[in-house]
Amino acid sequence: MQTLIQNLIASGAFGKNPPRDLVAAIVVFVMSLVVFLAIALPFAGIVTWVERRVWARIQSRVGPNRVGPQGFLQWLADGVKIVCKEDIVPDEADARLFKLAPFLVMLAFTLPWAVMPFSSSLILADLNVGILYMTAVTALTVVGVLMAGWASNNKWSLIGGVRSAAQIVSYEIPAGLSIFPVVLMTGTLSMQGIIRGQGWAPQHWFLFANPFTFVAANILYMSSLAEANRTPFDLPEAESELVAGFATEYSGWRYACFSMAEWGNLFIIGAIITTLFLGGWQFPHVTNNVVAMNVLELITFSVKVLFLVFLSMWIRATLPRVRIDQLMTACWKYFVPISFVNMIGTAVWVAIWPDGNVAMGYIMFAGAIALGAIFIQRVIYYLRRSQMEVYLNPTI
Amino acid sequence: MLAQVIFYALAALTVGSAALVAFSRNIVYSTFALLGALMGVVGIYILLAADFVAMVQLLVYVGGILVLTIFAVMLTAGIADVKVSNRTVGTGPAIVVAGVAAIVMLYAVMRTQWHQAAAFTPAPTTYAIGNAFLGDYVLPFEVASLVLLAALIGAIVISSHEVRE
Repeated sequence: MQTLIQNLIASGAFGKNPPRDLVAAIVVFVMSLVVFLAIALPFAGIVTWVERRVWARIQSRVGPNRVGPQGFLQWLADGVKIVCKEDIVPDEADARLFKLAPFLVMLAFTLPWAVMPFSSSLILADLNVGILYMTAVTALTVVGVLMAGWASNNKWSLIGGVRSAAQIVSYEIPAGLSIFPVVLMTGTLSMQGIIRGQGWAPQHWFLFANPFTFVAANILYMSSLAEANRTPFDLPEAESELVAGFATEYSGWRYACFSMAEWGNLFIIGAIITTLFLGGWQFPHVTNNVVAMNVLELITFSVKVLFLVFLSMWIRATLPRVRIDQLMTACWKYFVPISFVNMIGTAVWVAIWPDGNVAMGYIMFAGAIALGAIFIQRVIYYLRRSQMEVYLNPTI
Repeated sequence: MLAQVIFYALAALTVGSAALVAFSRNIVYSTFALLGALMGVVGIYILLAADFVAMVQLLVYVGGILVLTIFAVMLTAGIADVKVSNRTVGTGPAIVVAGVAAIVMLYAVMRTQWHQAAAFTPAPTTYAIGNAFLGDYVLPFEVASLVLLAALIGAIVISSHEVRE
């Protein structure tokens, strides 16, 4: 970033002796716009189509397949349709807060992209407090959701907003505590610093560094799903009880803001877990070409994130919704105490083996492979026993 | 130059939102305006190169305290009614107290010798804060956590008492 700004000033594109901070501001602005328009928005759009197709396959349906090849352009059609719809503000609603709320939710969705570590060079700002920033700005969503729920002047909206806020505030605690083990092991809060503390091979990932980080990764994933209002934790917009929760009264592009932030947050969840536990963009050093290396790293990072996104779709299509008391019990009686144990356990672990325990990494990775193998074996066994026809072609 | 523009913008955001908090007739607006005031303070911390403090301010005040305040305000029936939540009472004493406070603060501002800080390059502050908390200032740090523990236990005692009745 620094060198880019210096090169721009030296190239004379901004005239002689331009004010350095102004050039930096322009560069930051343009780059944020590029990241947002080229990555965040298309991702949020395309993932809706992917998710609908994945659910359809899991539930033995076809899913959207008419607009474009295999329905790929469905998200564009939906986007155009929703922007063309009338933007209704109910008479009884508090118009000012009602109109402001989607912007706050959108703000909370856009801010995390600033510290998204796509590759060793592709990061807008490698802040010293990157991971802390990530968790802090995603918490802004709550304010927007509460505002939407209250301003709609509708009981469903209010209950949805309050449920969402209660859920996010509760699950922030295990999510925050699950970040600590990794920070303890690396001694840094910077996204790139955390990724550099891991290797490209799975046994060097923090996921397999010790038993406590493995548990922490799972708790962080579940808590993030709860914070993003995903099934099985989608009580704030439980269709059967609350119509659409806090978004009930919204229409047109204001509604699109809510749904876009919701889908786009999947990428952010995946990126946080990938950075902390799955080695981020780490790729074996195969070439000295910086550009080629960065492309490979970008692909590695994206594949890991998209796998986690797919996992969340799988969970959403498989599991039923939990009750609100079960949700709170899981958080306060299980996740929070387990997170504290993880933190203390990792602290003791780091005190005993300050440079990490490589043997443990191999053992845990082998255990994970064994678990995966048992899972696949069981799936094949039950498929055989039920004598169900399986279509492996994903494009029908 | 840009830093000054940003500083005045942030100061305007903070003070303007704080004014809205104080003068709004609807207490729900006041609560949401608190968001602007707290975010302005975050911005000023960042401008002062206090990155860790800024993020903690965002996490604790916006993500925690503001949300709890909004919760309490939102779930109170008829809270948007001015007569319920925002009645004007005790105008006379309030003017006297506010006037005295303003005079004291102005006096303090006038009497203080303001120093121009030397130019510095922003550096990570997290290590220094951590070392200070668990080194020189470990006693105040622990006392503060003791207060929080007492508050937590108190909350549990009060809520369990209500459930039993």
